[in-house]
Amino acid sequence: MAQGAITDGTAPRGRVWDRFSIRTKRVIWAWAFLALPIIFYGWIRFYPTFQAFWISFTDWDILKPAQFVGLENYDKLVHDPQFWKVFRNTFTYLIVGTPISLLVAFLVAYYLDRVRFMHGFIRALYFLPFLTTAAALAWVWRWIYQPVPVGLINGLLSQFGIPQQPFLKSTTQGLPAIMVTAIWAGLGFQVIIFLAGLRAIPSTYYEAARIDGLGEGAILRKITLPLLKPTTVFLVVFSSIGFLRIFDSVYNMTSNDPGGPLGSTKPIVLMIYQTAFSSFDMGYAAAQTVVLFTILLIVSLLQLFVLRNR
Amino acid sequence: MTTIATDAIRQPLKFGRIRPGQILIWTLLLLGGLLMVMPILYMFSTSLKTASQVYDLRLIPAAPSFDNYIKVLSDGNFLRWFGNSTFIATTVTLSNVFFDSLVGYTLAKFEFRGRYFIFLAILSTLMIPTEMLVIPWYLMSSQLHWLDSYWGIMFPGMMTAFGTFLMKQFFETVPDDFLEAARIDGLNEFQIWWKVAMPLVAPALSALAIFTFLGNWTAFFWPLIVTTSRELYTLPVGLSSFSDAQDTRWEMIMTGAALATIPTLVVFLVLQRFIVRGVMLAGLKG
Repeated sequence: MAQGAITDGTAPRGRVWDRFSIRTKRVIWAWAFLALPIIFYGWIRFYPTFQAFWISFTDWDILKPAQFVGLENYDKLVHDPQFWKVFRNTFTYLIVGTPISLLVAFLVAYYLDRVRFMHGFIRALYFLPFLTTAAALAWVWRWIYQPVPVGLINGLLSQFGIPQQPFLKSTTQGLPAIMVTAIWAGLGFQVIIFLAGLRAIPSTYYEAARIDGLGEGAILRKITLPLLKPTTVFLVVFSSIGFLRIFDSVYNMTSNDPGGPLGSTKPIVLMIYQTAFSSFDMGYAAAQTVVLFTILLIVSLLQLFVLRNR
Repeated sequence: MTTIATDAIRQPLKFGRIRPGQILIWTLLLLGGLLMVMPILYMFSTSLKTASQVYDLRLIPAAPSFDNYIKVLSDGNFLRWFGNSTFIATTVTLSNVFFDSLVGYTLAKFEFRGRYFIFLAILSTLMIPTEMLVIPWYLMSSQLHWLDSYWGIMFPGMMTAFGTFLMKQFFETVPDDFLEAARIDGLNEFQIWWKVAMPLVAPALSALAIFTFLGNWTAFFWPLIVTTSRELYTLPVGLSSFSDAQDTRWEMIMTGAALATIPTLVVFLVLQRFIVRGVMLAGLKG
């Protein structure tokens, strides 16, 4: 080793350092770069994850020290009608919201891909809502859903002589009304991703298909959709996770009665929030977060499974 | 590195001549787009109306005035929340740009035992939802007196697995020869990363910065939990409590919502190309 051959003025280095091989030096650099991040991920991500599991087995309520209660919280959860209602609400957001938003986003992207005139402008119109603050726009939508003389939709309906709709104040219309807001906010992102996916398909494929005499419908079915599968799977998962974790818009659109009338719009995250930070029943709330974690894990694993079976 | 990314994205399909069907599709797309921005337009429109004009649902206010903005801003709290959000989003973004790319670079360009394990460990944190961590974070924050402080709002997001993964993907496209040349020139590993590798992934860095900033600017759940005093609210949390207190003063609520939205819209208008390309890049890589 050319020990001390190069007098390096950039960093103070002792003789021990100079004795290391270049390879060893690089390994040391690597661990030096990773030191702080390892502490961060261990302390702020992994340790709290295990702690969440642990808290879910206790009766911790902030006031008195936590006591191990085994599966009591989970038992309570299974027998809690409120939880099953929230569970159903969350999956309604997911099962209805995801296909609708993906279908609309695909249609917009599919046709927008063929438009050149004002392409960027139209794309921007669809994308704009994605950049807004959900907490802020939830209030705008809340205003839109108000009864006359305030609300926009009811104002329009009354001009056409259609009866007033209660929207957020109704146990049946509340959830769809909030879902529209959530779809609206996320649509632009999905359109952009679909556009990127469509553009990534080489135009030679299309040309070859045209030469073979395939019609537009056949090209869509045989080329566009199959090649778009990774994009679609990504968006299905992304959108599903978004709906499973829906909170900001529900909280802000129903802040006078969180979760809507009779909890008809309440998603699981809002229940977690209330259990933990209104009732301070931390153990029970932690059990709910473990359930949410499990559901999200299953969704993510399904994505891996679907993509592997290509 | 821009060329690698943009080459994959071809231009919109071209058509020889314009057919009536296309005009119809174009019109429908435009109408749909206008419908999408309608809530935002009405938000601005209503914010320019007086309390008595709110019931007039025309999009263009009869006598637009900025009185509501002056009223909301003179409250003082709003400017404070604005400053809080700006400070928090900026700090977290700088931290992410630094650490995510440092870790991504290390995982992409160094060879050492345990590299793959570290990568998988960091990647696996993507599976852990914030909702699960907030209760332990809250406990931790109360023990360490981080509740109701800037640090308390910021600490969970200082590094992200998403950013690390994104940056690792991009650093892998940087040719080793560049780094080796710098090594021969006598640069140390930190300098090689900072002075040679970082400029080469500038597009990815800007995408990461934009995502992180927007994500933290609009973040609601954790700031809502960790803050209790009005002075420390972020803009979304402050806006939520402000709007709740306004009862049915919709013109004031719309003004608040507009003020929270204006910065992101300005950023979008200025950086539109970057943002759209960034979302596309992240979507394709992720």
